[in-house]
Amino acid sequence: MGLLTCENAAFAYEGRTVLRNISFEVEKGDYLAIVGENGAGKSTLVKGLLGLKAPVSGRLTYGCGLKPDEIGYLPQQTEIQRDFPASVREVVLSGCLNRLGKRPFYTRALRELADHRMKLLEIADLRDRCYRDLSGGQQQRVLLARALCATRKLLILDEPVTGLDPVIARGLYGVIREIHKKQEITVVMVSHDVHGAVREADRILHIAGDIRFFGSAEDYTEDPVGAAFLKGACS
Amino acid sequence: MSVFLEMMSYPFMVRAFIVGILVSLCASLLGSSLVLKRYSMIGDGLSHVGFAALAIAYPFGFSPLYISIPACIAAAFFLLQMKDSAKIKGDAATALLCSGALAVGVMVISLTTGMNTDVCNYMFGSILAMSRSDLYLSVILSVVVLVLFIVFYERIFAVTFDETFAAATGTDSRRYNVIIAILTAVTVVLGMRMMGTLLISSLIVFPSLTAMRVTRRFRTTIVLSAVLATGCFLAGLCFSYLRSVPTGACIVVVDILVFGIFRGVEKLRERRG
Repeated sequence: MGLLTCENAAFAYEGRTVLRNISFEVEKGDYLAIVGENGAGKSTLVKGLLGLKAPVSGRLTYGCGLKPDEIGYLPQQTEIQRDFPASVREVVLSGCLNRLGKRPFYTRALRELADHRMKLLEIADLRDRCYRDLSGGQQQRVLLARALCATRKLLILDEPVTGLDPVIARGLYGVIREIHKKQEITVVMVSHDVHGAVREADRILHIAGDIRFFGSAEDYTEDPVGAAFLKGACS
Repeated sequence: MSVFLEMMSYPFMVRAFIVGILVSLCASLLGSSLVLKRYSMIGDGLSHVGFAALAIAYPFGFSPLYISIPACIAAAFFLLQMKDSAKIKGDAATALLCSGALAVGVMVISLTTGMNTDVCNYMFGSILAMSRSDLYLSVILSVVVLVLFIVFYERIFAVTFDETFAAATGTDSRRYNVIIAILTAVTVVLGMRMMGTLLISSLIVFPSLTAMRVTRRFRTTIVLSAVLATGCFLAGLCFSYLRSVPTGACIVVVDILVFGIFRGVEKLRERRG
């Protein structure tokens, strides 16, 4: 059984069904990219995978003993408040919350974990800066560091490179690749950047209200759906 | 200093002093979270519900605190849940609750006891309102609020900064929203007597907004707003004693002045880059 299994799931948004007949499985160690046009239901699917939105029909199950507090999540940038006075370290450390158990405060070990994740993303020197004063790329690194504090098995990324310039985006992809390989963390990434998705991920899920393609990244480039979408994204 | 010693020679001033400091601390700590969660108006909504509750309690001779605390907790719970349902938004619900509860309160008062000084005190606040039994209950409750806030500090930060992330990664954010709601309701009811229904929300909003002009970390924001709240309360209380002006109004005027100063500092900083 896979880490995440979707069986015939349908999701609705404000009473309107936006996704139907969604069936796929994410195996341990996969790197899955979810692609599709705007309004295809990508963000709704992410909310479903995170357990924030229950399917209206069908089933979504966590396998391999996966618990919600073992998931890391990188939200879309727009959902974060712009005027919040919080230091980088406070934000990253808040990712450790699901390891806190019944303790009221972070232990030394958790604080070291946060420091380590900041080093990994090369933001250690920004630790006392205010989150809202950072550039978009830096903010994204902070949120990724926070997601890495939270994850133990699965990392779900919602549009990780949207709004970033190509050089920074490439750097961020590199970090995600490294985490996936070295720490054996399963990655599910929703992306606008279909070329990046095909280059980085092992498997592709293309949705547009329902599933149009699900398979390996190589097959996707050969598939008519994938070929057309890749071509469209080029022009 | 001699003014201060003179003030402290009156038992009612000592009571106002103790409860005032504790409530200011509670309100400023919770305020930082509420302002950032876009619930600045919740204090107003709750205090009006509290007003209606005590208008109903008054003719029956119940102690107002015992009625208004449960009523406010229920209202806070209701308001903080609003975000989930999209039909009526949180700000609209607060506005409805505000005027609705005030109307009910005024009607009940007019039909029963009629407008009198007691009612006026509840609207605008009075330092004389605190009785001895009120003192004990207020001290216990506000200490409980402070302790719970500190114990749940990390969770409150996480739920305030990014509720979706907290929920997605296995934190029961609904539970912490309920805790914030209960703590806020208790604080509002305790502070209402002194600040008045119309001014209590300033205790929640001003210190944290003022602190946020200059701070860059959440923890510093919390600490600074607690310090500012205490300072403004003391200054307001002294002025209220010297000039016999309602306490709530004095505290708010001091809050406004301090806010102006901090805003000026912020502008200067921005100009320097």
